[in-house]
Amino acid sequence: MNSYIPIVLGMALVIYIPRVVPLLLLKKLKLRPEMMKFLQFIPYTSLSILIARGILTSDPVLLPAAAAGIALSGLMAYWRGNLVLSVLTGIAISFLVITYLG
Amino acid sequence: MRIVTKNMVRDGLVTGSPLILGYFPIAMAFGILAKNTGLSLVDTSATSIFVYAGASQFMFLDLVRAGVSAGSIILATFLLNLRHMMMSASVSVNLKEETSRFLPIIGFGITDETFSVLSFNKDKLTLPFVLTVNSVAYFSWISGTAVGYLVGEIMPRSVQDSLGLGLYAMFAALLFPSFKVDSKYLKLSLMAVTVYVGIFNLKLLSSGWDIVAGIIISSALGVILFKEDEAHE
Repeated sequence: MNSYIPIVLGMALVIYIPRVVPLLLLKKLKLRPEMMKFLQFIPYTSLSILIARGILTSDPVLLPAAAAGIALSGLMAYWRGNLVLSVLTGIAISFLVITYLG
Repeated sequence: MRIVTKNMVRDGLVTGSPLILGYFPIAMAFGILAKNTGLSLVDTSATSIFVYAGASQFMFLDLVRAGVSAGSIILATFLLNLRHMMMSASVSVNLKEETSRFLPIIGFGITDETFSVLSFNKDKLTLPFVLTVNSVAYFSWISGTAVGYLVGEIMPRSVQDSLGLGLYAMFAALLFPSFKVDSKYLKLSLMAVTVYVGIFNLKLLSSGWDIVAGIIISSALGVILFKEDEAHE
């Protein structure tokens, strides 16, 4: 059996750099208001994109469960505002859809 | 002082708890798949310990099965995770001053999921809080990997799948309530989805770049569109 450790360490390095360099750089700089705003918008845009990507690339078999879980969990959080409860609701709905419609 | 720190740690545990639900089963799936791909337990654990990136680790297994070269695997991983650069930049703005000596450790723990949880608790980003949230996620990932490798088959597939979808449920649960706070977040979200679906369907950009481009374009459009707000704040 080959060891994959060299590849793993290579991957670790190229993943670590983008994670840490912006933190080290930006914490020291004074940013313009537009740049601050741009950075403050990233959580909203990136989460929206990750959800969209999850739907676009999901296994067709799991698509209904994914869509139902996302919608219910989001709506639950919107109305009740409890994160853990909302995620559990989403998981339960996904499970029901997989079990009964899958 | 100690009590304050204790509260921050507890707050971090509570806030980070959904990450256990999402990470553990996905890490288990990774452990099972790695075993089936022929990786040793040491290599499998090392991947979760050092790489610590969900999608990339699954891609790694795919590429190993396909016999792709080490260089290509590393390049693909780099591209797929470039988005963390944007996330890390965004988090940096809200981190409290005292975190500065720990930035190399905090940065290691930035994933889509920890970033989301931290961003939507941006007034709480003290050192104990951030390290707790990141540790909860990290140890769920590592322990899930080992459990998956060793005794993976005990959890039914349907349970694994639905727990895995919990991550998307969490993204939605973090995002949706912000639409109530200000309608610009809803507009921003719809714009981001539109931009990304466009980029995705054009297929001009490889996976990884498409996410980065989507984040940059839609956030920049937001800065242009919501320029007027600035005067009020």
